[in-house]
Amino acid sequence: MVPLSYYLVLSAVLFACGVAGFLIKRNIITIFLSIELMLNGVNLSFVAFAAQLKSLDGHIFVFFVMVVAAAEAAVGLAIIIAVFRTRETLNVDRVNLLRL
Amino acid sequence: MSMHLWIIPLLPLTGAAINGLLGKRFPKALVNTIALGFTAAAFAMALWVAAQFAGLSPDQVPHIERYATWLSAGSFSAEYGIYLDQLSLVMLLIVTGVGFLIHVYSVGYMEHEGGYYRYFAYLNIFMFFMLTLVLANNYLLMFVGWEGVGLASYLLIGFWFLKKSAADAGKKAFITNRVGDFGFLIALFLLIKHFGTLQYDSLWKLVSQHPVESAGAGLLTAIGLLMLVGATGKSAQIPLYVWLPDAMEGPTPVSALIHAATMVTAGVYMVARSSPIFDRAPDARLAVAVIGTLTAIFAASIGIVQTDIKKVLAYSTISQLGYMFMACGVADYIGGIFHLMTHAFFKGLLFLAAGSIIHGLGGEQDMRRMGGLRKYLPYTFWSMTVATFAIAGLPPFAGFFSKDRILWSAWSRGNHIIWLIGVITAGMTSFYMFRLWFLTFFGEYRGPNPETAGHGHDADDAHATGGSHGHGAPHESPWVMVVPLMILALLSFVGGWVGVPHSLHGSDHFDAFLAPVFQAAAAGTTASEPAAETGVNSTELMFSGISVGLAALGLLLAWYLYYKRPELPARMAKAAGGLYILVLDKYKVDELYGAVIIQPLIALSTNVFWKGIDQGLIDRAVDEGAEGALETSDAMRHMQSGNIRSYAGWVAVGATAVIAFMVWRGLR
Repeated sequence: MVPLSYYLVLSAVLFACGVAGFLIKRNIITIFLSIELMLNGVNLSFVAFAAQLKSLDGHIFVFFVMVVAAAEAAVGLAIIIAVFRTRETLNVDRVNLLRL
Repeated sequence: MSMHLWIIPLLPLTGAAINGLLGKRFPKALVNTIALGFTAAAFAMALWVAAQFAGLSPDQVPHIERYATWLSAGSFSAEYGIYLDQLSLVMLLIVTGVGFLIHVYSVGYMEHEGGYYRYFAYLNIFMFFMLTLVLANNYLLMFVGWEGVGLASYLLIGFWFLKKSAADAGKKAFITNRVGDFGFLIALFLLIKHFGTLQYDSLWKLVSQHPVESAGAGLLTAIGLLMLVGATGKSAQIPLYVWLPDAMEGPTPVSALIHAATMVTAGVYMVARSSPIFDRAPDARLAVAVIGTLTAIFAASIGIVQTDIKKVLAYSTISQLGYMFMACGVADYIGGIFHLMTHAFFKGLLFLAAGSIIHGLGGEQDMRRMGGLRKYLPYTFWSMTVATFAIAGLPPFAGFFSKDRILWSAWSRGNHIIWLIGVITAGMTSFYMFRLWFLTFFGEYRGPNPETAGHGHDADDAHATGGSHGHGAPHESPWVMVVPLMILALLSFVGGWVGVPHSLHGSDHFDAFLAPVFQAAAAGTTASEPAAETGVNSTELMFSGISVGLAALGLLLAWYLYYKRPELPARMAKAAGGLYILVLDKYKVDELYGAVIIQPLIALSTNVFWKGIDQGLIDRAVDEGAEGALETSDAMRHMQSGNIRSYAGWVAVGATAVIAFMVWRGLR
């Protein structure tokens, strides 16, 4: 059986990739994908712990996260399309109307 | 049985509220109808109360009415309540009676003045506080009245507040009184601490169990001395008398009502009311006598050389208050209250007559520019004559009986030095009062020539804010002013007859009436008076003779110097040189207080409290705190860039820091 720490390391790597992508990338869609990556990194550690502890709680949490992620994807993509239609760009640095 | 005594003080308060809040739009006739109406109602009710009081049996006196608890804290509580005994009844009648007469007089005197409604509202509020003071059934409520009359006095002294000297005099009176009030307050704190109550009835019970502090000074001596400090402030005794002469900046009826007849006697009333305390603290009572005696002769000596008619009367008031303290100090509280009453009549009258003269001369107050007024102001002349004879202590006028009683008490209770000073002062009193009388009413008129000077308003005068009041020759005052003069003259004449001593085959009703108040309190102390001895009658008569003789001497001297040989006083003044100047400058007491107390206080406040602590410490801390906040936020505001990814970066950094901390904790 694969040890728990392997899953956790993979989960941390996935999450770190997500964070890095979120911070570095300028394209909104890429940032959006990075967020999904972070969510799934967290999901991985949830199911790993669930398997380890023989508990259903982790699984249930993962379903919740998936539901939220799906809803977020729908809303988020709609926002992205709306932004693109009005500003004709997907570069976050240029979506800065509220900036000081 | 309740007499609803609470109505009495509330009547003038209602008048004050109506005039004070709405009076600005009222015509003058309405303003004075309201003010006089409520005062007259208070006087009428006081008379009714006196009639009811006469029907009470001795065990129903003092008649105490309790209405509500004012405040209670722990075991201490004070209530709204009224304490009516012979002493407060006498005060009640004096305050409402003389107060009403002076209200009437004011209608004439203030006719040409601005702020008419304000004046009457202040007078009424004074009546309210004075009645609170004399009727209260505990020291705390008395203190409310005590402070309130101080406020009313301040407002009325500074009535012509556009004149700087008047505004300053008001402040001086208020601040000097505060010094005395401080002592009074501490006395009250001591009473609360040691007896747990300020209600007269329960307090006297506790105090009467206290031994007489004849061997050494103790608690009651301390309380008595502190009360004396309060009384010296309110009743203008050494060392706090300095405000009263300056208080003459107010309108003359105010000087009559507040600074002669009623308010300044509050200290005497307080000492008499506190007789159970003073009777058990002989040292404190001796201090009262000494202060009173010194004040009497000191003020009389200043009064001799003053030229302003109101200043003479002011110093005379201080001197007469000294007599009242002298009486209380030798445990003759009844004598003190008797003199308080006759003094209220004749000194109120003297001030009102002086006001009538000032009014008749269009604001002239300098006696050197008066003279010969007898034929111009006949009614004023005759009423003032009665008052002058009364204050000089010549029989059968009121002042003779009260002053003589005090002097006799001083002698018969063994205070011979006090008697000696008192009797000398009586001679001085007679001299300066007849000096005033001769200077004002006899000789030739020395003012501006009635034919050529159409207007007497050149002087710095009481009519400062008047103006439409043309003045030709001196003229008699209107009836509304003369009638109160005549009533007071009658009282100054017969007012002493209630207390004709046994030595003159009188029955001394006044003594018999007031005795129960002080007998109960004095039980078991040295002040419980030896029963009236018949053997001393001839001695008492002889002493009366001495004081009357001295008064007559004063009259003769004044007649010689100011009527027969009017050029003499100036030569004598020149001969006396520096001494004369010193007395004329009131012994430079104001300057002394200025140099010793006021200047150091100002220097301390300016350099230490203002520039040192306030500006250097408090202001600086606030300023630097504000500047620090400004600088910090200036640095921090760059974090709020509006750039989402920089926010996300900060979140990541924060999360990393939290995780690192938890890992570090886990590893430890």
